[in-house]
Amino acid sequence: MSDQESASHSARAPLLQAIGITKRYGSFLANDDVSIDLFPGEIHALLGENGAGKSTLVKTMYGLIQPSAGELRWQGEKIELTGPADARSRGIAMVFQHFSLFDNLTVAENVALGLDGSESFAAMSARLAQVSRDYGLPLDPKREVWRLSVGERQRIEIVRALMQNPKLLILDEPTAVLTPQEADQLFTVLERLKSEGRALLYISHKLDEVKRLCDTATILRGGKKVATCNPREETAASMARMMVGADIGEVKATTARAVTIPRLLIRDLSLEPDDPHGTYLRNVSVEVFGGEILGIAGVAGNGQDELFAALSGERLCPNEDDVIIDGHAAGHLSVTPRRKLGAAFVPEERLGHGTAPRMKLSENALLTGHAASRMVKHGFVDRPATLKAVDATTQSFDVRKAKRDPEAASLSGGNLQKFIVGREILREPGVLVVSQPTWGVDAGAAAVIRQALLDLSGRGSAVLVISQDLDELIEISDRIAVMFHGTLSEPIARAEATREKLGLLMGGAAPESIKEAAHAVGA
Amino acid sequence: MPLVLEKRAERSAFIAIASPVLAIALTLVTMSILLLALGKNPLMALYVYFVEPLTDPYSLMEIAVKASPLVMIAIGLSLCYLANVWNIGAEGQFIMGAVTGSYLAVVTNGSDVGHWLVIVMLIMGAIGGALWALIPAICRVRFGANEILTSLMLVYVADLIMDYLVRGPWRDPKGLNFPTTASFDPSATVPVILDGGRLHAGVIVTLAVVAVAAVMLGRTIKGFEIRVVGAAPRAARFAGFKSDRLVIFTFLISGALSGLAGIIEVAGPVGVLQPGISPGYGFTAIIVAFLGRLNPIGILIAGLFLALTFIGGEGAQISMKIPLDLTKVFQGVLLFYVLACDSLILYRIRLIGAQSKTA
Repeated sequence: MSDQESASHSARAPLLQAIGITKRYGSFLANDDVSIDLFPGEIHALLGENGAGKSTLVKTMYGLIQPSAGELRWQGEKIELTGPADARSRGIAMVFQHFSLFDNLTVAENVALGLDGSESFAAMSARLAQVSRDYGLPLDPKREVWRLSVGERQRIEIVRALMQNPKLLILDEPTAVLTPQEADQLFTVLERLKSEGRALLYISHKLDEVKRLCDTATILRGGKKVATCNPREETAASMARMMVGADIGEVKATTARAVTIPRLLIRDLSLEPDDPHGTYLRNVSVEVFGGEILGIAGVAGNGQDELFAALSGERLCPNEDDVIIDGHAAGHLSVTPRRKLGAAFVPEERLGHGTAPRMKLSENALLTGHAASRMVKHGFVDRPATLKAVDATTQSFDVRKAKRDPEAASLSGGNLQKFIVGREILREPGVLVVSQPTWGVDAGAAAVIRQALLDLSGRGSAVLVISQDLDELIEISDRIAVMFHGTLSEPIARAEATREKLGLLMGGAAPESIKEAAHAVGA
Repeated sequence: MPLVLEKRAERSAFIAIASPVLAIALTLVTMSILLLALGKNPLMALYVYFVEPLTDPYSLMEIAVKASPLVMIAIGLSLCYLANVWNIGAEGQFIMGAVTGSYLAVVTNGSDVGHWLVIVMLIMGAIGGALWALIPAICRVRFGANEILTSLMLVYVADLIMDYLVRGPWRDPKGLNFPTTASFDPSATVPVILDGGRLHAGVIVTLAVVAVAAVMLGRTIKGFEIRVVGAAPRAARFAGFKSDRLVIFTFLISGALSGLAGIIEVAGPVGVLQPGISPGYGFTAIIVAFLGRLNPIGILIAGLFLALTFIGGEGAQISMKIPLDLTKVFQGVLLFYVLACDSLILYRIRLIGAQSKTA
């Protein structure tokens, strides 16, 4: 443990220094004079909201981006990284948030593709097994990637990085796709890497994790460095304030909410995936009552996308009564007739799915509004009505934009998400299905969106929220169910839904889920 | 000092209009260089190409006659292209329209059946073109076959069908063995609307098509559907629009318009069905569609412009002995520049290396 103690000694020389890093894209400064020192034997957190410039900074350190100004010093020496291969050869490794793995190849083949190929495949496989065992990251080198869970896929990326024996390991939001228990296992590994004297740069916006794990935190906002601090001496609230630059309001449910009848029913829905690596939905059943928010938690790729498509009508269900919207069997209906029944949907992808990026907001209002709102008369589009819808959304949801009717792609993520959610909520749907309502959205916009969901349920609508963000679900849901391998657990009331309990369900190991599986087999 | 293309935050409305103008300017420069290399006086040649046809009424009417099929076909193609449906076979649909429409003219030849005949011929022509276009559409929807290849290959099939008919069963018995049908009766002919030229009623049909297309694309939910399916397929599915149905729809419309253009051409200016009824209208219309920004009004202007190059090219061949193939080179160069300039709508060009300018 002497390594760990000496790490905090300021006398120790930094491993990597970034000095005055500036990266310019046109007139936009992604990084503005950012300096950061990374020490061996230290876990350094890089905090910031989406768009704060975290990714740009680490891509610079990994040689993927050349800075417009500023320099990198590696062990005190000025370096210019020509590319990721150069970075790796110096001992810098990176685990990306989005995995770069080939689904149809085995674990060993994927790892081999990332290495320089100087050793035989057999030797490499053996070393892979050794490294994964040593660090408690069990992996079967011969398994194909598509059979693995998201957590296991991440292990491949981490083991691949560790096989290069890096001095500096950069991890980009590694816990975003993990259950709480998987995250705990990861933290053990990271602590061990730290004790071996490696430097770790840990990108996150989960402040509790950072407080628990990290020795130093650098906070970015709008491309600029706001502060470097010791996260253990800060509160989550104080760090959040530095990230956002303002206090974040808390969301509140209206007190007098009456839970009424089930307005959205999913009854024993089983559905084959339409792409070969998708998830099979198995006997999914749940009721969403008017006046409540039902949350669906789960690690990405456990069938949430398939469930959303089956609910929205982008995919039709095998049986008519698999999905019932306000008393009408909707399983065989496509998107438009489901909207006419009073349902509304917000998909996960903002650009390209929720909106047509290169079309104006008024046209994007028409995209979902043509079905049930009065925007079309005898086949003709009522332009003023679509513009009015944009204005109404802008006003109610504080959508910030440069002009009255800009293209969707020109809005920031948070503002576009407010527009998309607002577009649906202003239609006062009886049933709203939302996937990842605040994914990649700044804290202010996230609060607006969550409040709007609460208010909608307060007005008697049934709201189904699919999210990977447990904190969000615990904050707004009345009941939470968990998706695992295409099955859905019994919903748990919020009062009983602890992170631990949900985490176990997300990992598929809890008694409830086993009972559920048995029930599914019997059905 | 390298040049980089930098993405714009929003598409530039100004460049969207200026791009074809810039493309035409660049084409003129390129053509001048080519003409110089051929030893011709470029200024004089450009005058013959672009100005002379505008100076006499007969040429003006000819421009309208040439532009009419180009515009009508290009309108249909623009619907396809907006929806990301790549119909390259308008030439074949044009021919099949001409063939199916001509059937009535051939079987009624010599028996004056009245003026309703030409109306029925036009309808048959449109149906023939639409059915021909339905083949690649169904192949794409049912079997996932690439419509670029299937529609293109069907051009040659259509060409050979027509060849067979005019050399075989439909050949004019009094035609000295030339591969052509008998001249159409007056009742099977699209009437000329102005004396002293070939300006025919088909031009009015084309203008009506332009107007209807403009309203449909800009104002109706169908037009919106076409644009969304092309611009963002997943968002279109989320909107509840079915892309397969739209593939069929756009192919049918575009085939019908190409077929209509074909029968109007045969029953109008040409007057008989024979090989060579089209100087590549179906392919040139692709240029017209893009030069006109896939916009009906733009297509009308672009169609007139390309028709001008046809007429001017003929003039240049006669008066300056410039080969007619140069007109095709000209049109190809123009399409190249149009597509190149279009990237400026979404991107801007920037010089880099001058970083010190702003810190």
